[in-house]
Amino acid sequence: MMKNKQRSGRLVPAPGCPSVHPVSSEPVVPDVHKTIKAAFEAFDYESNNRVDVREIGTIIYSLGCFPTQADLHDLIAEVEDQTGYINLEKFLPAMTKVLMEHKFPSVPEDLLLQAFEVLDKENKGYLEPEQLAKYMTQEGELFTQEEMDEMLTALADHENNRVYYKDLLNQWTIDPDM
Amino acid sequence: MGCGVSKSDQFHKGSRKAIRSAVLIQRWYRQYIARTEMKRRYTWHIFQSIEYSGEQAQIKLYNFLGYLMDNFTPASNERNLISHIFRENEVCRDAEWERYFCYKNIEVPEIYSGPHLTFPLTVEQAVGLVEAFRNKKQLHSRYVLQLLLETWRQLRMLPNINRISTCQSKEITICGDLHGQLDDLLLIFYKNDMPSLENPYVFNGDFVDRGKDSIEILLILFSFLLVYPSEVHLNRGNHEDHIINLRYGFTKEVLTKYKLHGKRILKLLQKIFSWLPLATVIDQKVLVLHGGISDTTDLAILARVDRHNYVSALRPPKKRHQSSAGMSIDSDMDLDTSCRHKSFLRQNSLAFLKPINRESFQNRSLQDFSDRLKVSAVEEVEISGRRRSILDKDINPPENERTAAASSESLNSLTVVDEWKQILDLLWSDPMTQDGCVPNEVRGGGCYWGPDVTEDFLNRHNLQLIIRSHECKQEGYEFCHNRKVLTLFSASNYYDVGSNRGAYVKLGPDLVPYLIQYQASSMIRELTVRQSAGRTERSALKVLREQVFAHKSDLLCAIKRFDRNNTGLVCVSDWASAVESVMHLGLPWRMLRSQLVPGKIHGGMIDYHEWFNELAIKGVNADHIDQSLLETLYRHRSTLETIFRIVDYDNSGFISIEDFQQTWKLLSVYLKMEITDDTIADLIVTIDRNQDGSIDIEEFMEAFRLTDKKSRLERGRSMFMGTATDLTKLDGDPNI
Repeated sequence: MMKNKQRSGRLVPAPGCPSVHPVSSEPVVPDVHKTIKAAFEAFDYESNNRVDVREIGTIIYSLGCFPTQADLHDLIAEVEDQTGYINLEKFLPAMTKVLMEHKFPSVPEDLLLQAFEVLDKENKGYLEPEQLAKYMTQEGELFTQEEMDEMLTALADHENNRVYYKDLLNQWTIDPDM
Repeated sequence: MGCGVSKSDQFHKGSRKAIRSAVLIQRWYRQYIARTEMKRRYTWHIFQSIEYSGEQAQIKLYNFLGYLMDNFTPASNERNLISHIFRENEVCRDAEWERYFCYKNIEVPEIYSGPHLTFPLTVEQAVGLVEAFRNKKQLHSRYVLQLLLETWRQLRMLPNINRISTCQSKEITICGDLHGQLDDLLLIFYKNDMPSLENPYVFNGDFVDRGKDSIEILLILFSFLLVYPSEVHLNRGNHEDHIINLRYGFTKEVLTKYKLHGKRILKLLQKIFSWLPLATVIDQKVLVLHGGISDTTDLAILARVDRHNYVSALRPPKKRHQSSAGMSIDSDMDLDTSCRHKSFLRQNSLAFLKPINRESFQNRSLQDFSDRLKVSAVEEVEISGRRRSILDKDINPPENERTAAASSESLNSLTVVDEWKQILDLLWSDPMTQDGCVPNEVRGGGCYWGPDVTEDFLNRHNLQLIIRSHECKQEGYEFCHNRKVLTLFSASNYYDVGSNRGAYVKLGPDLVPYLIQYQASSMIRELTVRQSAGRTERSALKVLREQVFAHKSDLLCAIKRFDRNNTGLVCVSDWASAVESVMHLGLPWRMLRSQLVPGKIHGGMIDYHEWFNELAIKGVNADHIDQSLLETLYRHRSTLETIFRIVDYDNSGFISIEDFQQTWKLLSVYLKMEITDDTIADLIVTIDRNQDGSIDIEEFMEAFRLTDKKSRLERGRSMFMGTATDLTKLDGDPNI
């Protein structure tokens, strides 16, 4: 699955995201609508244009956006109703605006690398799992223990008990791979 | 770091930087996880869509063959080719059956290293059998037949609905679909111990098909049934059906493992399947059955039916013939009488309805079929009087008996159709979230039933919970309808390695379901959830690409409609619409686009000619064969293989050139395609390389596998990852 590498080395659009190549035209609204609807429908189990509010985060992420948790909460607050569901009616305009304005742009790979290097104060090229866990669960928009366990299972090199973050960057920008 | 108070500026700056970094990483990771989750969902959707459309295809094929049976004159070749699958009972009396299934003259050679069975079976032997299968031994056909005969005898004593209880603080263990996956059964026995007096089990159908050890699973379950008849209960599933087995691999498995006696084993299994109980009720409160219910399901009717008359649930039941000696329970009709009688009745029922053209017939679900019969049953009473004279010429029963039999049978046929629907619904239905009850068009049989139907049904029968199987669930189980319906699936890694867990449920006197999940395969533990999801996704996409390839011509047509100026490009939206209009799988094509169309996107447009060139097929010496024929072959390969197996009457794996030609005629009628004699001759030349006048079915199917560049690449990578057992899984077609 080399597709993402063939694209621009920095931006990594998610599947289904409207093509946002800097040289070609900006996304067209009807196209954007279709993309949003497609993602929405994947979670609209009863085909009544509603999804459970707990799934909306996944939908937004899968449209190629990288919101923070705070961003997410704000957006949800805008569109949810009291029933615990979100209607396509309200979601479509809000989400269209987000996409047209590139409100939650993706994190460029080099910036991500820098972020890891900041945490790797001794410049070892890797992080101890406990180190990473401490940051993820105590700083910023805290990970739950479950999220942390999952991350370590997926990312840590189990033999040496280290997280070689440079290798991760390749993984995270392509598909999950061996 | 964190909440400490510090005076140094640099330290503050450093910690702010660290916090920002953490946030960045968290943001990135959460996005990555969400994308993976999205992929997992559509991967699942892909497998399920293809699985169900395969089932639907099998039913369509079956309906088509039934149509042929009813509407071709007796002398026609096509009819002869396939009539034998509709002949359920060739031999008349039980005594003749005993002779046919006799195992006594089958010798077990000295070199046989598998288990030897003596009857009555003991616990040690049953346990020994499990061990033997764990060690990849095969049970000798002599013992297989013997075991099956004993099982047949045992099952005939059982009622349609088993009623059991959790008295004496026994916990009952219930397992869902196993589908020939022996590893899962072994894992269940390992975690939960084997059946015993203290450890009762209910197995909820679909023991066979798809997995490679279906016969071993059956033999294990049957042995424990014989050893612990009050503690082991088996419910029939929709795959305990010889018509389904033709397509989904069980027939093939038995014939491969038992070359000499496979045919007899399969015949005996047909009878056994028809004698499997339909449902189990625990403590009069919990109903366990394979598929589900409908708004007309009535346990009282189900308890009364002669379940063994339904050898295949796909077939309207045969009429019971009132012989002069009165009705016997296992009455098998005389072949000619039954065939002509049946076809006469069926011809009449179809004749009195709106004329069907072939197109509409193929779209029929079994639901429609049963409605038709219902309507016609009333009319039959009238016509039987008028047609009596014609009938008398062919069959010579005494006139009085004939009239009486005809009218009472016609009246009976109304009840018979009701009964048939009861069983069909029980084996094939699926729950839905909306209220109501609608025909299950996706599978082609049974219904979709809603929470209101559950509520009503439970109240009417004074029950509190329905436990069913039939649908694969990611976690191995799923509650719905306000936790009144529990779906239980026990075949882990069903679609592919890592696709799902299996589960079983334990029920004590409190009747609170306690669920245990598991996943067979040592490879799984080494993969993270994300990695295994990635593998499953690749596998699903491979399957999907094959499906897409198989519809290349239609796709080209559909796409071209969006490209009137012939630019060779279409936008993603139009591409998605075109694909769905051809494939009818209801998948999120826009999300899948990047996986299915690997080429570059030129400003949001897809170069579809480039795309089609990527999907190329290469077969053995297939270059001189017409591309569109290859495509047809590929698209309908499951159907083709099924028809071959039907035509291969003696189950030898070979069919004669003549029959091969006839098969193509049949297929061309079914597909409404022209396949010329020359084309067929070309195919024969390609395949019958040793020119001995017969075609090897396996060889034929092998010659037309898809080998487009992309899937070869993946197969290569997958080979790096897999162990030997997993390789077979990766190459496996979920439709076979």
